[in-house]
Amino acid sequence: MASVESPRAQLGIRGGPLRAVLDPVAILLVAAAVALLVGSLRSPTFAELTVQGLGSGAVYGGLALALVLVYRATHVINFAQGELAMLTTYVAYQLMQWGLSYWEAFAATLAIALVLGSVLQVALIRPVQHRSVIAAVIVTVGLFILIDGVVNWVWGGDFKFMQEPFGTGSFDVGGVAIQHLYVGMLGVVLGCVLLVWALFRFTKLGLAMRAAALRPAAAALVGVRVEWMLTLGWGLAALLGAVAGLMAEPSQLFLSPSLMQQILVYAFAAAVLGGLESPAGAVVGGLLIGVFLTLIVGYVPAISSELQLPFAFALLLAILLVKPSGLFGKRQVQRV
Amino acid sequence: MRRGLPALVSLAVVTAVLIVLPFAIGDYQVGLAAQVGVFFIGVLGLNILTGYSGQISIGHGAFMAVGGYTTAIMSRDHHTNLVLTMLLAFAICFVLGLLLGLPALRLSGVYLALATFAFAVSVPLLPLQYSNFLGGSGGVQTSTTVDNTWLYTAAWASSAILFALAWLLLRGRIGRAFRAVRDGEIAAVASGISLPLYKTFAFGISAAYAGVAGSLFVLATNGFAQPSEFDVTLSLQLLVGAAVAGLGSLWGTLAGAAFIALLPQISTSVPFIGSAHGRDVVFGAAVVLVMLLLPQGFAGLLARLRPSGGA
Repeated sequence: MASVESPRAQLGIRGGPLRAVLDPVAILLVAAAVALLVGSLRSPTFAELTVQGLGSGAVYGGLALALVLVYRATHVINFAQGELAMLTTYVAYQLMQWGLSYWEAFAATLAIALVLGSVLQVALIRPVQHRSVIAAVIVTVGLFILIDGVVNWVWGGDFKFMQEPFGTGSFDVGGVAIQHLYVGMLGVVLGCVLLVWALFRFTKLGLAMRAAALRPAAAALVGVRVEWMLTLGWGLAALLGAVAGLMAEPSQLFLSPSLMQQILVYAFAAAVLGGLESPAGAVVGGLLIGVFLTLIVGYVPAISSELQLPFAFALLLAILLVKPSGLFGKRQVQRV
Repeated sequence: MRRGLPALVSLAVVTAVLIVLPFAIGDYQVGLAAQVGVFFIGVLGLNILTGYSGQISIGHGAFMAVGGYTTAIMSRDHHTNLVLTMLLAFAICFVLGLLLGLPALRLSGVYLALATFAFAVSVPLLPLQYSNFLGGSGGVQTSTTVDNTWLYTAAWASSAILFALAWLLLRGRIGRAFRAVRDGEIAAVASGISLPLYKTFAFGISAAYAGVAGSLFVLATNGFAQPSEFDVTLSLQLLVGAAVAGLGSLWGTLAGAAFIALLPQISTSVPFIGSAHGRDVVFGAAVVLVMLLLPQGFAGLLARLRPSGGA
């Protein structure tokens, strides 16, 4: 049994602009944005919570995009994506201990993450992925445990403190204090996401990578080196994860081996909300979840930060019950 | 669960070894063997769901938590007989499994994996919120504790009963329906199999097994039910155990249970990295290596060794 989609749907061609406007999902998103804007104009607290939510939502979206890139390329859910991001954040910490400035360490870490992700794909995923997807998923589960162990072993489980990348100041916008931190998080993650999008959209390499993910056999026939494109996909995912990890650290105030574990769940929720196959959906899903959870925890006293995660789970289930393939997902048609 | 004479011989050998074993080894080893029994039940349950009905779950650690907390709370508040609490854990988790199986009807493949993963991460947070009833991060203590021999007997007696139950369920009509659902849902429906009935039933029965495993798991940790014992790693361990076990073989399930129960214990004493943290390094590396070498699990290896038969 194979799942098939029409070639038009796979290339992302939908109806004309009119249909895009009438799409219920688009209407919902516009309504949400308007509600947030109106709320922010009326109440400074609401505005602060919204900005904070957008900042953490950007981190969820970044990690969700990493998951989606891997899923599109190899149909594997990488359970180790969060731990990989945590590991690369520790690498950045180590580089700073050795005397690099924050942004030097940031750039070096991204390069290291790219190499690390690619090497992991070649060494561990490539040998199993053709035999069974389940085996590949279990390998990532093994990696999850392995990376956790390695970080605890090398750096210890105690809290580490890193430099503040954006300082502790805040902008004053019409009486609303907007912390540099959340603006910085949002800016850096969205900037990296845009760069990755541009790579996929405007370069020959990106075209080859998309072809390799969508139609491996056809791509190979026209000379795309499919295996290497998939490897590069894993590398890019690790790079985005590193960005998410580095941006998650300042909002949690310290670095510990469990940095990304809850964030991974929110990223899963974001990716599912976006439909798992849609990069834009993952980022939008991350932002939505970030804002929604921050507002809920800020305004509903019954939902404490301990209940935030179970609540996100309930929300995820509810969304999946209404739309089993996510907000931006396409219905899968099965051939028997 | 393969029929015929070799299967009976295997079963007889395993039973005999399990009866003789506690007399041949020390008390500490009896405790370890009991833990293998606990995970045997968990892996067996997950195998019914994933291996036979084709639905993945990364949330079985959470069902173990429910079972474990059932035992701990009934014992704390009502001094209930521990064996009765295991039956109760079976029943409660069966119902809970049916309930989680309902949304699972709408989900398949990765979406189900992610939803159950979120379930696994969420459940251990509930005791922190409702700390009056569920004991907070300190956990719940049973009113009585048991020794290793009791635990060994209880774990393996339950394993035997649940293994027999699984065999009875899977050999006939229900087992065939599960496999039909796994191999092709549309074809199964066309043959008159009710998807909602069988898929939720598979979820319920498999959750019930995890519940019993959870009860025993709490008794094995000196009767303490703690949120940190039931974190997401436990669910991942069960999944690893089921993957190492492979599909539908007694020996495979034993190997998978032993792998996840014993390896973390053994690996603390590995040279150079042998410590509490080194444990995860060795365990993670072993999981990766086993999957690279045995992608079909231990049962797949057995099937390859035996030229005539398959699982």
